[in-house]
Amino acid sequence: MQQENLLGTAAAWRAEGRKVALATVTETWGSAPRPVGSNLVIDGEGNFLGSVSGGCVEGAVVAEALDVIESGKPKLVSFGVADETAWEVGLSCGGKISVYVEPVT
Amino acid sequence: MQLALLKALNEERTARRAAIVVTALGTGEQRLVKAVDAAKDELHEMLERRLRSGKSGTEETPKGKFFLTVFVPPPRLVVTGAVHVSQELAPMAQRLGYDVVIVDPRTAFATPERFANIKLIADWPDKVLPSLAIDAHTAFAALTHDPKIDDPALLHALSKDCFYIGALGSKKTHATRLERLKSQGAADTQLSRIHAPIGLSIGAVSPAEIAVSILAEITARLRLGEEPRK
Repeated sequence: MQQENLLGTAAAWRAEGRKVALATVTETWGSAPRPVGSNLVIDGEGNFLGSVSGGCVEGAVVAEALDVIESGKPKLVSFGVADETAWEVGLSCGGKISVYVEPVT
Repeated sequence: MQLALLKALNEERTARRAAIVVTALGTGEQRLVKAVDAAKDELHEMLERRLRSGKSGTEETPKGKFFLTVFVPPPRLVVTGAVHVSQELAPMAQRLGYDVVIVDPRTAFATPERFANIKLIADWPDKVLPSLAIDAHTAFAALTHDPKIDDPALLHALSKDCFYIGALGSKKTHATRLERLKSQGAADTQLSRIHAPIGLSIGAVSPAEIAVSILAEITARLRLGEEPRK
């Protein structure tokens, strides 16, 4: 229940003039380590706080976030066993998740 | 997300007020719905259900797919009475995710030794409770059996929109309690909010079992949003 203040961090980073993206788990299937609504906050340098999985796909989400910061357009990305990239990014727990990645503008 | 929306959301969270961010997954369009405005919203049924469950998720509507990010403050449990039942109740409630506060002016009861890792305030409830800002995400339980301590606390809880109010004591004890509270100006409609005898009827005997029955009743109130069956 206790959540660290990631959204406070997102606003603070933005106030410092950093470029910021917010990633949110929108759907999970099977064994997914973090519940729907979990957040990852990413800045333009690739610094991040929070989690959307047990550490398996954060790297890939950060890459997507940098892309989103660049384009200014949100996107919905999925990771899971059905996805060829699943093994590459290492969601080996057998779960599947969707993550909404959006810029904070 | 617009920074203005993020700031408005953080303001609600800091003030312990629930809110939902509605994101249209197709267009990326986003809006913030504060809990007080949920009933007026076109998606009010979904929003109200999600505010009760506290769970974020995707909803299919005739207007497309929406992701609802739900923000509810962590629930709190405020208890009067640093009694035996509270010693069992407090750690159990913490496991369920509650911030627990126990208030009891009797310093013989309210000792850190009896309540390790629990927030304990050894003072009178009418002095302490106003500073706790009891809100819609707070449950209140009166457990001292002592009208001098429980009554003022109950009157305070009744003046707030806490989601649960319970009071320890038999039906007879409760009937006399109701008379006292009435004579102090409480209305019948207010008094009907008090769950008494406290807890679901599961034949609880030991303090730990009584704690289970109280937490089951509080959980039902939190998750079902309606009168749990006795």
